Amino acid sequence: MARLPLEGVRIVGMPVVIAGPFATMLLADMGAEVILSESIQHFPPVTRGAFSRPPQFIVPTTGGGMIGGTGGLSTYYDHWAGSRPWDRYVMFNNLGRNELSCCIDLTRPKGVDVFKRLIKKSDVFLESNRPGSIDKLGITYESLKEVKPDIIHINMPALGSTGRHSQGALFGAQLQALAGHTWLTRYPDLDYTTTQSFIFHADACAGATAAFAVLCALHYRKRTGKGQHIDLSQLETVIPHLGEAIMDYTMNHRVQEPLGNRDANMAPQGVYRCYGDDRWVVITVDSDKAWQGLCRGMGNPEWGKEERFSTVKGRMENHDEIDRFIEEWTSRHDNYEVMWILQKEGVAAGPVLDGRDATHDPHLAYRGFFEIAKHRETGVHLYPGISWKMSKTPLKIRKAAPCLGEDNDYVFKKVIGMSDAEIKELEKEQIIGGDEYVEGAGALQL
Amino acid sequence: MEDSALSNVKVLDSSWYIAGPYCTKLLADYGADVIKVEKPGEGDPARRIGPFFNDDRNLEKSGLFLHLNTNKRGITLNLKSAEGKRIFKEMVKKVDIVVESFSPRVMPGLGLGYKVLEKINPKIIMTSISNFGQTGPYRDFKASEIVEYAMGGEMYSSGIAEREPLKLGGNVGQYQAGTMAAVATLGAFYGVDLQGEGQHIDISIMETEAGDADRRSTHIMGYLAAGVITNRWVPPREAARIMIMPSGVYPCKDGFINTLSMPTWFPRYVKALGMPELKDDPRFQNVYNSETAPEFDAIWYNWLADHTKQEVFEACMEAKIASAPVNNAEDVVNYSHLKDREYFSEIEHPVTGRITYTGAPFKLSESPWQLRSPAPLLGQHNEEIYTRILGYDKKDLAKLKERGVI
Repeated sequence: MARLPLEGVRIVGMPVVIAGPFATMLLADMGAEVILSESIQHFPPVTRGAFSRPPQFIVPTTGGGMIGGTGGLSTYYDHWAGSRPWDRYVMFNNLGRNELSCCIDLTRPKGVDVFKRLIKKSDVFLESNRPGSIDKLGITYESLKEVKPDIIHINMPALGSTGRHSQGALFGAQLQALAGHTWLTRYPDLDYTTTQSFIFHADACAGATAAFAVLCALHYRKRTGKGQHIDLSQLETVIPHLGEAIMDYTMNHRVQEPLGNRDANMAPQGVYRCYGDDRWVVITVDSDKAWQGLCRGMGNPEWGKEERFSTVKGRMENHDEIDRFIEEWTSRHDNYEVMWILQKEGVAAGPVLDGRDATHDPHLAYRGFFEIAKHRETGVHLYPGISWKMSKTPLKIRKAAPCLGEDNDYVFKKVIGMSDAEIKELEKEQIIGGDEYVEGAGALQL
Repeated sequence: MEDSALSNVKVLDSSWYIAGPYCTKLLADYGADVIKVEKPGEGDPARRIGPFFNDDRNLEKSGLFLHLNTNKRGITLNLKSAEGKRIFKEMVKKVDIVVESFSPRVMPGLGLGYKVLEKINPKIIMTSISNFGQTGPYRDFKASEIVEYAMGGEMYSSGIAEREPLKLGGNVGQYQAGTMAAVATLGAFYGVDLQGEGQHIDISIMETEAGDADRRSTHIMGYLAAGVITNRWVPPREAARIMIMPSGVYPCKDGFINTLSMPTWFPRYVKALGMPELKDDPRFQNVYNSETAPEFDAIWYNWLADHTKQEVFEACMEAKIASAPVNNAEDVVNYSHLKDREYFSEIEHPVTGRITYTGAPFKLSESPWQLRSPAPLLGQHNEEIYTRILGYDKKDLAKLKERGVI
């Protein structure tokens, strides 16, 4: 069998919430051995659930959950937290595929010693702690370099490791606001307080960019033999994704305003109601040719022939009116049907897919996007698969996300090379090992 | 020149619009030698998309193009001509990576598909970025930012109940596809030594969205694991309360702020608001008391009305509350913390002069990000590349130009 691209690269991770776990997931997908360094004494909030043992009333049974409707984000398998909730949290298990877990208590010197022995056998250390906080445990880039001179250490906090707000702990929603993305995401007729979206591009962007950063450092190390420290500010990964709005300001001192579902250059563009309950299709007419295609698709209605709609300028000026005409047509059709009709005419159109629709979409199914994985605590489920195809080293979900401490044996015995006696000794003191949180386990306070 | 992370990596880039060029921008900004191939006379269509410098619709003044193509060298080449194809293949021999983002039938149709390029250079990594991937029933479909977000992304639950689904602002889906393509490309390139050969990477923008951590994949998983369909919610102001502390977007004196609360954070709000008396207020001893939540709201809204978004931000930073101003581009460019970190970068461009650009998405201690050169003018590096790398002389160049090849 072909060897995966990152085979032989070992990554020790302490990623939290979404961005960090996404970064390690991408690297694990490509074959890196990602070992999560967890601990039974410290529960990482919003990573393996909101609480180590959540009261049942916050376990959501519908599309919403705690903290105001986070949907799938706060879901447990079958709405049941069970006796090991941390192993049943959907978000963690979604992002943790292909990874391993071991438990080490880093708040005690003996734990730090074990951790450094693990680093000695590793290539990369990825964490998203507040800058400097992990120093208090005696874990710094300098001290890791002593045990592993070419280690790559990436810290990816919200705002980076220098600057006046470097200690700021923000989540995706706040990063979106800070980066200027929330500003551009709004219904034009409503203010920001009513435009709540729980979708935060920052997490995806920072995670993917962090994976890219690690790869850059791995390349550099391959060529020069040198490791390095990477200072990644999640905010700074998002701003380039809004490049045209930033450039409009730096070039023209213009502040771009939100466009809702419309586009600055193409018209019409929008989301249109279809037949059924809460069913929608989106359409973009990117040229006069596509406009003709849209008219053909709708059966060449009289209004479509009007001169004032024949140019993009005219369509921009009469956008509201065109939208009403289009919706009158779409509301009589299924959203997939509209897609097939209009794509045949060369018009960009597609249905708005909810979580269920996506899992049944014929194209994703054809390409084998969903994969089956078996997890010790939650059984067999379909999972969203790998985000791209590689022709010679096909990537797949090789294993489901690890249960807490599932790979203690492998890590301590095989990777670090500890003796059974030493493992037994340290396990007794709860320095290493274990697979369930101690009562009252809370965040690692640094 | 300082050694960059990817100094030894050579990339041939025939991609256009946003996703492909952002992928190669990431590579170029960290040191790769990226040669951008554009259509003679017209160039990358992004050159025709605004915003334009001084609103002048000129091929060299598109802010979108300037942003996406820093640190690249640019040549023109007609890939439809036999001579153009021959030159392209010649260059494939000399590079490590090819990135393209035409619709799936184009490169094979030109005789430049992976099967052909692989024979010319077995170690080549070829990354093809397309709307829906190289295979499958939608592979020839047209798309746009909103179409990708509707089908691949989490548009269904974006926005509020009772209203239509809402697109995320800007073109972030395409940027994200470019970022994911950069991860896949560099990962595959790292593996060339293991494999002894290159490979073809098929990036479908729809799938980069469907597998994304912006909650799309988790929301799909919510359905697969528990039958949960994540839908659009009522605005936070009208939502059922679980905690007395706020979460969501709120108005303040001069704009809006976004805040988020964890159950243990009541003391932090007491600190941020500067109201120590709230600590022992009997109404707020149980943070899960939804009945007294409106009373806390009254205090919170009043406090917000007296403070600017910057003041709220500073107070919350101090109290360790996850809160941030809803910034516009001007606020972002002037944000003090980014100035401390010397985030934004300037460089001179022959047509627009000196402009400020976004900076390094991460700082490497040994092999830093550098803004070495602005985006290339159309065909700017033709002479340099065709003479130095491919060994043409000036007479050859004139002939190629005459025949519309370059």
